Amino acid sequence: MNEVVVRSMLDGALVTTEVVVLALAVASPLALTVALARGSRFRLVRAIALTYVEFLRGTSALVQLFWVYFVLPELGATISSFVAGFVVLGVNASAYAAEIIRGAIQAVPAAQSEAAQVMGLSTATTMRRVILPQAWPIMLPALGNVAIDVLKASALVSLITVSDFTRELTQWATTGVLDVTLAFTLLLAGYLVLSLPITWLGHLLEKRSRRHLGAVA
Amino acid sequence: MNLDYLASVDGVLLDGLRLTVVATLLGAAIALVLGLLIACVQLARVPVLFQAITVLVIVIRNTPLLGQLFFMFYVLPRYGIRLDALTVGVLALGVHFSCYAAQALRGGFLAVPRGQWEACSVLGLSRTTTLWKVVLPQALPPVVPTLTNLLISMFKDSAVLSAITVLELLGTTRNLASTSFQYTTLFTAMGLMYLAIALPASLAVRRLEHRLSRRTARA
Repeated sequence: MNEVVVRSMLDGALVTTEVVVLALAVASPLALTVALARGSRFRLVRAIALTYVEFLRGTSALVQLFWVYFVLPELGATISSFVAGFVVLGVNASAYAAEIIRGAIQAVPAAQSEAAQVMGLSTATTMRRVILPQAWPIMLPALGNVAIDVLKASALVSLITVSDFTRELTQWATTGVLDVTLAFTLLLAGYLVLSLPITWLGHLLEKRSRRHLGAVA
Repeated sequence: MNLDYLASVDGVLLDGLRLTVVATLLGAAIALVLGLLIACVQLARVPVLFQAITVLVIVIRNTPLLGQLFFMFYVLPRYGIRLDALTVGVLALGVHFSCYAAQALRGGFLAVPRGQWEACSVLGLSRTTTLWKVVLPQALPPVVPTLTNLLISMFKDSAVLSAITVLELLGTTRNLASTSFQYTTLFTAMGLMYLAIALPASLAVRRLEHRLSRRTARA
């Protein structure tokens, strides 16, 4: 394995990391917004949020990726494949994360919001200071899985020509520079290594959130 | 949307959809059988096999399906195993989802109280009879929604098979688009075809889940 190959692998791993981080940055605010909209007082808001979730979960990230990559230019919008990649992955993940957040919010006993109301807290304050802090440890494990899913789905951006980890290694393997067994073993090992920080971060946050709530949980 | 064009290729697209469905069902059959085997090994803690499967499950659950697909597609022929792209695709789908199916099935088995096994042995039933007539009928129904959701995921994710030249729905769409350049029409029609199957299916699962949870609440 020469220096060029190693360098391109590291570059690819960096691109994959960027795609994942940016996709999660896109997904987080969207997911929270959609989750809150799913529980809105207004029927129309709830319907829009539900449509958003069902449409995004009704097709795979790859299909959405190709749709954005091939159809948007025809509609006159040109975006780079890199931007298309992390935006689509982020929007796609937000639908799954929104349902997890909504489920966690519902799992907080109703007495909590009733009590907050009796104490005169506004709906927004109740959500921010009472409900969400208690829903947080409930949603964390499942959100960690979504983050892992984003990492795994990020390999799909290689199919719309983004030079991520998968694309770099596949190119070296199919051009005969790297032995295929070595290349694809490295490919799987690479993703395994990339998934470790996500798993660790998840465990760390879970531990912290439990300590934070202390005797309440 | 160019409907005239769409009407001229709808047969080709439907052939693609048919292959997607076939690949999904074959993959699901493999995933179910393999998943059951994995669940049994994990529950019985068969030495060596248990450790090997634990490692395999971690690798499969933390790496992309696309990577696993490429691995099987490019590496297997190196060791004399020559399979056509569709077979590799179906195998990769089946193996990938078997790990998720195993987790669901294990959960189902563990949810059956130990007392059921004990009661059956007191009644003099054999272990096989207990498994088939008492435990499985209680373990399977609660995990049906999870397994169906996995089936829907597999249907959607089977689109990656296009990356190894399988002409399922996405592959067919890309093929048609590369010669006709009707990207908007073709890719929108493709998306709607996936939705037309996945959406009603997931709504049906939700209804089933609701019914099951009501039944367990009553019990």
